[in-house]
Amino acid sequence: MSQLSIQGVSRVFESSRGQRTQALLPVDFEVRDNDFVTILGPSGCGKSTLLRIVAGLDHPSTGRVLLDGQPVQGPGADRGMVFQSYTLFPWLTIEQNVRFGLRERGMSEAAQKERADFFIARVGLRGFEQHFPKQLSGGMQQRTAIARALANDPKILLLDEPFGALDNQTRVLMQELLLGIWEASRKTVLFVTHDIDEAIFMANRVAVFSARPGRIKTELAVDFPHPRHYTIKTSPEFMALKARLTEEIRAESMAAAEH
Amino acid sequence: MPSALASPAPAAPRRRSNWAPLEPVSLRARWLLGLGFFVVFVLVWAGFTLGGFVSPTFLASPVTMAQEAWLLFTEYGFHKDIGMTVWRVLGGFVLAAVIAVPLGIAMGAYKGVEAFFEPFVSFCRYLPASAFIPLLILWAGIGELQKVLVIFIGSFFQIVLMVAVIVGGARKDLVEAAYTLGASGRGIVRRVLIPGAAPEIAETLRLVLGWAWTYVIVAELIGSSSGIGHMITDSQALLNTGQIIFGIIVIGLIGLVSDFAFKALNRRLFVWSFFK
Repeated sequence: MSQLSIQGVSRVFESSRGQRTQALLPVDFEVRDNDFVTILGPSGCGKSTLLRIVAGLDHPSTGRVLLDGQPVQGPGADRGMVFQSYTLFPWLTIEQNVRFGLRERGMSEAAQKERADFFIARVGLRGFEQHFPKQLSGGMQQRTAIARALANDPKILLLDEPFGALDNQTRVLMQELLLGIWEASRKTVLFVTHDIDEAIFMANRVAVFSARPGRIKTELAVDFPHPRHYTIKTSPEFMALKARLTEEIRAESMAAAEH
Repeated sequence: MPSALASPAPAAPRRRSNWAPLEPVSLRARWLLGLGFFVVFVLVWAGFTLGGFVSPTFLASPVTMAQEAWLLFTEYGFHKDIGMTVWRVLGGFVLAAVIAVPLGIAMGAYKGVEAFFEPFVSFCRYLPASAFIPLLILWAGIGELQKVLVIFIGSFFQIVLMVAVIVGGARKDLVEAAYTLGASGRGIVRRVLIPGAAPEIAETLRLVLGWAWTYVIVAELIGSSSGIGHMITDSQALLNTGQIIFGIIVIGLIGLVSDFAFKALNRRLFVWSFFK
């Protein structure tokens, strides 16, 4: 059974002067339990809008989103989210940030601490527990954001171009870290990106978005076995997939540029 | 210079002069420059008064002022006046802050509350506190309550509006992140909006405390029997400009000290907001 079910979800934005922009055409999409799916598309195609609707931060104009058969009504702890911008609470230490959701849930101090310790270690930030976010690099902040989302034990992890603001080397390492976490826990992941390498390297399935108004144009299975090593990025199979996706995205980017 | 261009090893980059735009100066230089102006000011003042360019009736010299200051403390119990004034400022200010900060937070967080109060508070904000003094004397007499109320009126509406703007300007992405972590509406206010706004609210309070000082003196100029403002009106009747000037300087010094103390407290309380 599919865990996340997106059924006929579309989104029309209306400006204050009554101008209507169709950001998303009706999308039907399923994400199975323990799957790692990336949504790949040119910038401004509505892929982030779709993710925000799944998170409950935005509402669809038509259609609905089901998680384990339950309709999504608003944001909740069962859908953890990592944003592109740095969204750690600057007044909390790294440890307090990771404990935020646990505390909100009323978990005991000791249990909070144990869970936070585990996930901080999991993203390689042991020793930085008492630092404030602004004392850490962008990559470390995003690792904390991943730990914070995971500590809440969501049913699905939503990531909105989380590595988009990082430099290339850091981004590659972050992809390996996230993939390693997924391989160990098989937490369902829906990952939005415009980076083709990133989309292929981590995913079991890539959904390619069209230019605005967005819709899912193609779906592609990625069958590389796990655990994956970064060297697969230079394998002929990877290259072939990348070449195909490059063509798909290029057509969409050009369509977007013509608008 | 062409020869410099041809030289094989480039010279170390020339240190920009301290007078280049936006170039920081050292801490020592800052202190020296800051104190320097005080010295220049007193020297000019002394030059005019001791040099006989201004009649001592209208402007006392620094020396006369120092003598008068000594007299004020030894003969006239000026420390009591200072105590009274400080008490009034703090009383009115704390009372205003205790009510205004929660109201401002509620207005910033809940748009319905804001729509209800904002127009009225904005209107009240422009009513000069000093204009209420005659009315307040009618209502509350010339006792302490009247002075405290002047400070309250002068501070309350300013704090409410500024706090509402600060809280309403909270980072949207942090609020959304908190929602995805399972925070409730109350959790958002308590654990995102308030802690995020706290340093700026503290800065606002520091600013308004500075204004409260100007209101208290006005309140004390009219219908008062103690306080720095009262001493100033008394001295005016006696043409004692030395005492007047000293009173003004004392107000400035207390304002400066309280400002420094407030700043230091904010730095301690909100360490995180000072990381760049």
